[in-house]
Amino acid sequence: MSKQLYAHTERLSRFIIRRDRIRIPIWLFSLTIASVATALALANLYPNQEERQAIAKTMINPATTAIVGPGYGLDHYTLGAMMAHQMLGITAFVVGIMSILLVVRHTRADEEHGRIEIIRSLPTGRLSHLTATILVVCGVNVLLAFMHGFGLYLLNIESMDLEGSLLYGAALGATGLFFTAIGAFFAQLSDSSRGTIGLSFAVLGLAYLIRAVGDVSNQTLSWFSPFGWVQGTEVYVNNYWWPIFLTVGIAFVFIILALYLNVRRDLESGFLPSKPGRKHASSFLLSPLGLNLRLQRTGLLAWSIGLFVFGATYGSVLGDTESFFEEVEIMQELLRPKEGVSLTEQFLTLLMTIISMVCTIPALMAMFKLKGEEKNNRTEHVLARAVSRTHLMSSYFIISLVSGFVMLSIAALGMGIAATTAMDNGIALSMFMKAAWVYLPAICVMIGIAVFLIGVAPKLTGLTWLYLVYSYVVVYLGGLFQFPDWMAKLSPYGHIPKWPIEDMAFTPVAMLTMIALVLIGSGYIGYNKRDIAG
Amino acid sequence: MAILEARRLTKKFGHITALDGVDLEVNEGEIYGFIGPNGAGKSTTIRILLGIIKADGGEANIFGKDVWQDAVDIHKRIAYVPGDVNLWPNLTGGEVIDLFVKLRGTKNKSRRDELIQKFDLDPSKKCHAYSKGNRQKVALVAAFSADADLYILDEPTSGLDPLMERVFQECVMDVKREGKSVLLSSHILSEVEKLCDKVGIIRKGKIIETGTLSELRHLTRTNLLVETKQPIKSLGELKGVYDITAQGQAVKFQVDTEELDSVIRYVSQFGVIRLESAPPTLEDLFMRYYEGEAHAERAGAGGAS
Ligand SMILES: Nc1ncnc2c1ncn2[C@@H]1O[C@H](COP(=O)(O)OP(=O)(O)OP(=O)(O)O)[C@@H](O)[C@H]1O
Ligand SMILES: [Mg+2]
Repeated sequence: MSKQLYAHTERLSRFIIRRDRIRIPIWLFSLTIASVATALALANLYPNQEERQAIAKTMINPATTAIVGPGYGLDHYTLGAMMAHQMLGITAFVVGIMSILLVVRHTRADEEHGRIEIIRSLPTGRLSHLTATILVVCGVNVLLAFMHGFGLYLLNIESMDLEGSLLYGAALGATGLFFTAIGAFFAQLSDSSRGTIGLSFAVLGLAYLIRAVGDVSNQTLSWFSPFGWVQGTEVYVNNYWWPIFLTVGIAFVFIILALYLNVRRDLESGFLPSKPGRKHASSFLLSPLGLNLRLQRTGLLAWSIGLFVFGATYGSVLGDTESFFEEVEIMQELLRPKEGVSLTEQFLTLLMTIISMVCTIPALMAMFKLKGEEKNNRTEHVLARAVSRTHLMSSYFIISLVSGFVMLSIAALGMGIAATTAMDNGIALSMFMKAAWVYLPAICVMIGIAVFLIGVAPKLTGLTWLYLVYSYVVVYLGGLFQFPDWMAKLSPYGHIPKWPIEDMAFTPVAMLTMIALVLIGSGYIGYNKRDIAG
Repeated sequence: MAILEARRLTKKFGHITALDGVDLEVNEGEIYGFIGPNGAGKSTTIRILLGIIKADGGEANIFGKDVWQDAVDIHKRIAYVPGDVNLWPNLTGGEVIDLFVKLRGTKNKSRRDELIQKFDLDPSKKCHAYSKGNRQKVALVAAFSADADLYILDEPTSGLDPLMERVFQECVMDVKREGKSVLLSSHILSEVEKLCDKVGIIRKGKIIETGTLSELRHLTRTNLLVETKQPIKSLGELKGVYDITAQGQAVKFQVDTEELDSVIRYVSQFGVIRLESAPPTLEDLFMRYYEGEAHAERAGAGGAS
């Protein structure tokens, strides 16, 4: 019996670990390092209790609560309480993403590619592959829990003791287990990896949303979400362990369910009927632009929602800028206060730098989709028909440009709306929009670089991302690190005037636009000349 | 009249010479079979003809227009099926077919539905759910619903089952009847033999042989099966005789076509009871070139090559 089901589970587990020998460490280390670095940063930013207490005050507003959770121990806001409040929920969310992606990769995606068929034809048990996947991903989460536990403890921060740190790690690990189970479960229901990921992410998003709504309106509701359980541990404040057992227990139920469903179904089928799609294309689809919009639709929608929330996060803290800056010295260095303008307005324009940079990401991704399509041998379908290269490239360029504009507007809107609800002496919404739109020329330059590289040096497109990271470091953090001015001037974002609190400077904006045009033009010429890989 | 003409096409990828002077000519109403071992340069040639990659040297014209300069105009009259059909996982087959037909700028709805039925394709399925053969069918339906003048097909049947293979052959014969031209690259030699008027064999980026099948056959050997009253003495020492195998009472061997006359005279001395001859198949022909290469390689190992 058990041999029929589980033969060679151990060997398959080792095989899965081997296949992911780079992927898994990258996830583990980047998550742990991010957490430990944040804890360190918090300790450096807010070394004394008064400062922390001031921050706690700014944290009590609906927007912040919706995004990071209600927070415990706000009246005695230790570094531990702060860490658990501001980081735990969001990190758990990312751990959920990691677990889902890892599980789907080795279950439905492998099955879809016919790889499980080969494995099943070997003397392995019927459940071996699924069990091995679950074991490995659970193992990853356990490892993650311990890495966090000891990593945070070893920082030697007073309020972050061993038990609290281990609980912090366990909360993350338990969330990971939960979404491992969810991924494994939906891999049985859906018959495609896209469907599985979509459904699992829907549960993940919904869980976060339920918690957000619950925390703002009615705490009972939050207890219907695994993120509510995670935060119910009240890490570093009361250290409750029972929510961890609850989460792991429910995860276990879903795992059993997944295994049960797996035995009951045929290979490459799913329990949810895959509904037939359209037999004919709508007239909307029938052009390179329409095709492209259709392909990028979901991604762009997700980015819009994400950026609205991102903008709102910043908007919600904007109201407390004045008190915040008076009490926290290091922030003043970041900003370098200026005469005659309110700190809030000044902070707003600084935030726009980072917002515009984040909004550049979806715009660049929309442009680089052209290269991705080439890599997947799908541009040849279009180019082998009566579509010119200029036409093809334009359909990506337009989407990239428009999404840059739309994303920027949405983020600014989110920020404006959150700020005006959280603040008494509201700043006009138009100011948010203006402060955002002034960054469009910089985004155009970034898109220009992308077009140029796709056309002229497609192997080097990765440099665009590097340049964006450089811009972030020198322009946004420049004040903090006291970089010389010329370093910021090497980035397009460093030339954008802090409009509307400064005068509008037309020369640099016009120059940036010119540079963007030249880059785009050369990119088009290059693309028309070069070999297309597929 | 030549619809497609390529002369001395060369193409290098870094250090690899993919094409080393390819000449190709497809006439109106002709089906041209393009065969050669893996990596010989078939797909590279076809991609140059489609203006997807640019030749380093030589020139190529389709409908009298330059394949690189006038790609878009040419493509209005071309239908193309790639060997490796990658489709968008979240679109259905029906959507992809409509898109492809529309991007060429012509429409032929009735033919589309008829072909979907003929190829037994479910157009409402998402492309990620299609098997390799089904993806190929999507590309084939899109290509044949187009009212093109030249069909460029790069290994279009590598994933089709025998039944679908036959449907494909019917489609090719249909377009031939309408006077259209086809450039068909394929590894399925029986298919090429059945369909093609002319064959070009490419090896290491060079066309090494081209002509009609009967012309090519002339260059090669005929298969003979002979049964004689007395055993044929020292058959192996005759000029132009190869691959002798005994089959019961009879012997089977191959003869160079130009030596056929003298071999038959010699054999007849031994009292022929049975004589069967078969023309060389394209496979024999291909194998001869292919093996020739392998021999040459073995012999030349360590040499300049
Ligand atoms: N983009 C590329 N970069 C480098 N080398 C390439 C590239 N495309 C093709 N080649 C090389 O060019 C040669 C010809 O390849 P091509 O794809 O034209 O062969 P083929 O005749 O179509 O082979 P097959 O029968 O396997 O499809 C091969 O040696 C191949 O490795
Ligand atoms: Mg090929």
